[in-house]
Amino acid sequence: MGVLSMNGSAPKTLTLGHVTGWGRDLLLLTFLVSAVLIFVLPFIFMLSTALKLPAQLYKVPLEWIPNPPAWHNFVEGWTIRPFSRFATNTLTIAMVAILGDVLSSALVGFGFARLQFPGRDALFYVLLATAMIPIQATIIPVFLIYNGLGWINTFLPLTVPAYFAVRPMYVFLFRQFMLTIPQEYEEAARIDGASPLQVFLRVFLPLSKPAVATVALFSFVYHWNDFFEPLIYLNSLEKKTLVLGLTMLQGQYDEFWHLLMSVAVIIALPCVIVFLLGMRHFVQGVTLTGLKG
Amino acid sequence: MAPLSPEIAVASGWHRQAYRRVLVGYAFILPWVIGFLLFKAYPIGASFYISLHQWDLLKPPIYVEFENYVRLSRDPLFWTSLLNTLYYALCVPLRLVLALALAMLLNRSWPGINAARALLYLPSATPVAVIAVVWTLMYHPTFGAVNTIFGYAAIRGPKWIASPEWAMPALIFMSLWYVGPMMVIFLAGLKGIPSVLYEAAAIDGASAWNQFKNITLPVVSPVILLNLVMDIILAFQVFASIYIMTGGGPMNRTLVLALYIYQHAFVWLNMGYASALAWGLFLLTFGLTLAQMRVSKRWVFYQ
Repeated sequence: MGVLSMNGSAPKTLTLGHVTGWGRDLLLLTFLVSAVLIFVLPFIFMLSTALKLPAQLYKVPLEWIPNPPAWHNFVEGWTIRPFSRFATNTLTIAMVAILGDVLSSALVGFGFARLQFPGRDALFYVLLATAMIPIQATIIPVFLIYNGLGWINTFLPLTVPAYFAVRPMYVFLFRQFMLTIPQEYEEAARIDGASPLQVFLRVFLPLSKPAVATVALFSFVYHWNDFFEPLIYLNSLEKKTLVLGLTMLQGQYDEFWHLLMSVAVIIALPCVIVFLLGMRHFVQGVTLTGLKG
Repeated sequence: MAPLSPEIAVASGWHRQAYRRVLVGYAFILPWVIGFLLFKAYPIGASFYISLHQWDLLKPPIYVEFENYVRLSRDPLFWTSLLNTLYYALCVPLRLVLALALAMLLNRSWPGINAARALLYLPSATPVAVIAVVWTLMYHPTFGAVNTIFGYAAIRGPKWIASPEWAMPALIFMSLWYVGPMMVIFLAGLKGIPSVLYEAAAIDGASAWNQFKNITLPVVSPVILLNLVMDIILAFQVFASIYIMTGGGPMNRTLVLALYIYQHAFVWLNMGYASALAWGLFLLTFGLTLAQMRVSKRWVFYQ
C-alpha cells in the first residue's frame, strides 16, 4: 500500500524524506492547503468588508459574505477623498523614478560587470555594504539638503535619487545579468569600432531585457508602496500619494471601515496584478539577489 | 622634435589606453559614485556633526558637544524604544522558521503548486500601508477576523493592538504574513539539493528529521545567514506598519527606534537629538551585522 501513488501527487523532489506512502503526502497536502487558506484569509476579509453596508460592519458574529454586496462602496470610497489626484501623483512619481532606477542601475551595473578599472571590486563591496545602512540614519541630512533646495512638498526628493543608482539591489541585478552575456557580443561590437557607451546602448541594454523587466517591476512596487519618504516630503493634500491618502482615511472615519477597505482593495490591485503578470521576473530577481549576494 | 622611438610610442599609447580605461570605467559608475557621496557618505558624517548640536531648524544650531548623547543615555523613552526594537526583532527567527517550512512544503511538483506559491507570496507584493489598515481591522476586539475565529473555538481573544501586552506580539504575528521573498530564496536553495542525497539517506534508513538535520540544514545554512542578516536590518527599521497601526502605543509598548527618531526629527524638530538617535540605530545595526558575520563562521557550512 502506498507504493503506487495513483493520484499523481508523488513528489519528484523530496525534502522531508523518503516517501512512506500517501499518508505522508496527505499530511503535507493538508499543511499546505491550511497555510494557503490562512494566508488568503486577510484578503478575503478585506474584500468582504469592502463590500459591506455600514449596518453590516458591526454585526457579531461576523458575516464573511455580505449579502447583497455593496459594489458602490468602491466609487464612494474613491471619491470621499481626492484619490484620483493621489493616483495621478503616485503614477507620476513611479514612472519618473522607474526610468531613473532602470537607466542608472543598468549603466552602473554595466560598469561593474564589463569594464576594468582600478578599485572596481572594492567599490562594488562598498555598494553592497550600503544596503545595510538604515534609512533613518541618513534621512535627516538628506531632508536638510532638499529643504535648502526648496524641494520639500515636491516630487523631486522621491524621483531625483533614482537617477543616482541609490538602490544597490538593482545595480546588483544588472551586474549579475550582464556578467552572463558572452564576451563575443562585446568583441564583435568593439571590432566594428563601437565605443563603450555604444556597446552598452546597442548590445548590452537590448540583451538585458529580462533584467530591465525585473528592475522595473521591483521599482514600480517600491514606489507604489513607499510610505516613509512621501510621509516626510509631501505635506499638502494635493501632493499626497495613494498610500498616504489611505492612511488619512483611517484616523478620521472610524465608522467607515467598508470605504477604507474598498480603497485598500483598489490600491493593492495594481501591485497584485503586476506581481502575478511578472511573477517569473520577481522570483528570478529575489533568487538572484538572495543566492549570490 | 625627434620622432619617438617605437618602444616609447607603444608605452605611451598603452598608458593613454590605461588612462582612458580608468576614465571610461568611472564615467559609467559615476551616477552611483555621486549618489553614494550625496545620499550615503555625506549624510552619515553630517548626521554625526548635527548630533553635536541643538537645532530646531528655526534658530541657528548651537554647538553642545556630546550633550545629546548624555541626554540619550538618560532618556527612558530611548531605552524603551531600544528594547521594543529588540522585542520586535524576535520576529526574525520566527519568520526564518516559517519561510523555510513553507519553502519545504512548496518544494515539490504537485499540480497547482505554482498557484500555491503565488498565493503564499501575494501578501509580500501588497503595499505595507494596505497590510497595516487591513490588519488593524483584523485585530479589532469585537468584529475583527482574528477574534471571530477565536470565537469559533469559544476563546475570547485579547484586544490585540489596543492592549499593552498583546500589541507587540500582534505586530510580530502579522509580520509572519509577508515572508514571501525569504520563502522564495529558501525555495531556490532547496532546489539546488540533488534528490539523490535524500534517496541514499532513506536507503540507509535515516529518519526524516535526520535527513533534515544532516542534508537540508547544512546546504541551506548560507541562505539562512543571508536571510538572517538582511531581515534583522529590516526589523530594526520597522516603521510604516507601526506608525499606521499603533503610533507607538498603547503606553509606548510599540514605540520602536525608527518611530522615535521620526517623532524627534519631523514632529518635534529636534534635529540634533534625532541625529544622535539615528547614530545609535546605525551603530546598533552595524555592530549586530558584524557580530552575526563572526558567529556565522561556526554554524554556516560552505560547500
